[in-house]
Amino acid sequence: MKLPQIKSPMLRLVGQRLLKAIPLILAIVICNFVLLKLAPGDAADVLAGEAAAGTAEYLAELRARFGLDQPVYMQLWHYIVKLATLDLGFSFRHNQTVLSLILDRLPATLLLMLSGMGLAVVIGAALGVLASQRVNQLRDNIISVFAILSFSVPVFWLGLMLIVVFSVNLGWFPAGGMETMASGKHGMARMLDILHHMVMPVTTLGLFYVALYTRVMRASMLEVFNQDFVTTARAKGLSERRITFRHVFRNALLPMVTLIGVQFGTLLGGSVLVETVFSWPGLGRLAFEAVFQRDINLLLGILLMCSVLVVVSNILVDVMYSQLDPRIRIR
Amino acid sequence: MVTSNSNVFKSVILSFAMLAMTTFGSPAAAQSAADIESGTLKFVLSPEPPFLLTAINTTLQMGMVTSKVMESLLYLDAELKPQPLLAEKWDISADGLTYTFKLRPNVKWHDGQPFTSADVSYTILEVLKKIHPRGRTALAKITSVETPDPLTAIIKLSKPAPPMLAALASSYESPMMPKHLFAGSDPATNPYISKPVGTGPFVFKEWKKGDFILLEKNPNYWQAGKPVLRRIVFRIINDASARAASFETGEVHIGGLSPVPLTDMPRIAKNPALSVETRGYAYMSPYLLMEVNLRKPPLNDVRVRRAIAHAIDRDRMTQVVWMGYGKPAVSPIPSQVTTFHSTDVPKYEYSVEKAKKLLDEAGLKPGANGMRFKMTHDLFPLGSDYQRTGEFIKQQLARVGIDVELRSQDLPSYFRRVFTEYDFDSTSGYYGAFADPTQGVQRLFWSKAIQKGVVFTNATDYRSVDMDRIIEAAQDENDPTKRKALYLDMQRLAMTDLPVIPLMETRFITLSSSKLKKHTISADGVIGGNFADAYFEK
Repeated sequence: MKLPQIKSPMLRLVGQRLLKAIPLILAIVICNFVLLKLAPGDAADVLAGEAAAGTAEYLAELRARFGLDQPVYMQLWHYIVKLATLDLGFSFRHNQTVLSLILDRLPATLLLMLSGMGLAVVIGAALGVLASQRVNQLRDNIISVFAILSFSVPVFWLGLMLIVVFSVNLGWFPAGGMETMASGKHGMARMLDILHHMVMPVTTLGLFYVALYTRVMRASMLEVFNQDFVTTARAKGLSERRITFRHVFRNALLPMVTLIGVQFGTLLGGSVLVETVFSWPGLGRLAFEAVFQRDINLLLGILLMCSVLVVVSNILVDVMYSQLDPRIRIR
Repeated sequence: MVTSNSNVFKSVILSFAMLAMTTFGSPAAAQSAADIESGTLKFVLSPEPPFLLTAINTTLQMGMVTSKVMESLLYLDAELKPQPLLAEKWDISADGLTYTFKLRPNVKWHDGQPFTSADVSYTILEVLKKIHPRGRTALAKITSVETPDPLTAIIKLSKPAPPMLAALASSYESPMMPKHLFAGSDPATNPYISKPVGTGPFVFKEWKKGDFILLEKNPNYWQAGKPVLRRIVFRIINDASARAASFETGEVHIGGLSPVPLTDMPRIAKNPALSVETRGYAYMSPYLLMEVNLRKPPLNDVRVRRAIAHAIDRDRMTQVVWMGYGKPAVSPIPSQVTTFHSTDVPKYEYSVEKAKKLLDEAGLKPGANGMRFKMTHDLFPLGSDYQRTGEFIKQQLARVGIDVELRSQDLPSYFRRVFTEYDFDSTSGYYGAFADPTQGVQRLFWSKAIQKGVVFTNATDYRSVDMDRIIEAAQDENDPTKRKALYLDMQRLAMTDLPVIPLMETRFITLSSSKLKKHTISADGVIGGNFADAYFEK
């Protein structure tokens, strides 16, 4: 098959990468499906168990309705056929289509992820730069200790401690949820209310990544500082501030961007704990609960969305490379 | 230039700080006070139910929501006596074959349609008897429901069925459904199971999945002047520690089924803003049982099972593991089921000597390490309380020379292992005994309840001709005295053969704001109570 000729190298790259992603995603779907089927018990067991009652007929009826009475390979086949028409299936557990469930929850998770990530990138980059300017001096040491501490504190523990201190004892922030329920707030008042609820979860999620970005930024700043073009810049008599931000910082950002791209996909995993501790109505919690409820359609849908997210973010990272460093060319 | 820039910067920071102070400065307590003032009750819920219709799925958490919206014909009061709800009066014929219900006039569904005997007939025949997980057995003897006029429903039975009334007397167990919205459809796929329409004091408004369910006051409720509360918001909080924090900050006002970890209870019980209620669970009568797999030698030897019963100090377990929120069990029908509970049964008091002697008699001598045999104990995967129960049992049995290995897994794996593959030695799970033994107790001892793949049935493989005879005779015995005598025999036999070792009657906790009153009135408490009378003391 001859691919249509696309002039722009950027578009061609994106197109090729998307095309290559299709078999990859199909393989992911099959792997996920098989893995999930290996877990003992099914959704009917869980529903009947939670109802604390059941008869053989009741279970058989549930299985027939969920399609669990068919052989596994047929279930997989049905799933893939439906997927080809972009139908993610139905969650019997939530009595809703998987797509609508995911779309319902996605904004909450994106809000949490992007704010947490944004906070981590800004603070991490700033601390990294500050530390690199005074290597092995007091400022660098304080920043390093802070980074190691926030990296080693378990996310759920930090979350619970924030709740104990700032909700239970001080009463400054709500202990959970995304907004005051049924408050009837609109516009600005509602936004402030959501911001108020976001402070603790975003801090919890962000702190973990701050540490990582600080370390990476510091190391990569140091590396760039030692390169010849920096010496040249110094020789030209540029100010240290201008060298740091104009020449070094921009080049040191590359490893950060790589890291962000990789972590974007895993952030959903990190948000599971934060969402559970803070009762945040997001995707991470939905996925986590789906495991224990053996809600396979839903879990497959979420995992599929994650893999698509990873593929897309990787393409974006490649595009960003070429913007940050003109030496990296798209061919 | 530099100075003016930093001034702008400073003023931006300052305005943010002021904003932060005005919005974030208000403590959660103020929010709580505002809720109480406006009559908004926040009810904590976990896990989130899949939909909202307990007539086809008996998840307790689902009942907490639906019972405020949908009501049953009768309810059971704290003493398990039936009281009128949607039926004003009822009458049972002397032969026990005809039940006549006189319905309350002028009751309307939330969509304005009148509630009539046609709804009763539809709900009982088409839904409760056909699809309800327990209704299939509890209502099996119903042959017809006659509706001579809109306010009379007459239930005809093929044989007497004394447990039937209790099954119909709970808004959690048997909610009446609107025929005009369900008739001709498969209830499981009907859209109204996610936006319930009932006759109750609260009207369903909104469900934001993963976050909250909102109910509002029904202005046309049949009981004038009720309900008192204006709104109920069910908040879904799945983390146990976060639930405890939400109670302490006043962000939620009530939760049932022991909403916080028992290990947090000593601290929480001291909090004057919160109050602890253990009534309101008699309808479910929850209890903790140790099931022993009779397929696995030496556990098939009754002496070994008796030794295990002697070796576990149930008083200490209640105090240490369950923080006193329980009562050591002596028989398989809990004491809350006052009509049938018996203490005249073989007893197995805590005695290491007796346990060792029984094991010696069974030919299980201690080996080199002091252990007689090894067995596994599967932990009921429902939180730390069950984990600690397992650890307690392990320690206790080690003293008499039984080496217990604890095994953990998630809920679906547990169900598969115990109720489908029967690949376990022992486990301690919680069961509901319910108001009538046919609802919750017989499934543990009846050989016909050995149903592979069906959870919470006879998993021990206990088969006894005598037991089957007693259980089956009691099912349709219409004479209350004779029926009680049968259940006394049943308890004696169960405690003699001991396929299941009753450990403790669980006392679930309803935790609430001290200002909230009258939330627990019926035997099904916050799970089946409609909250028409609940109010905040100002």
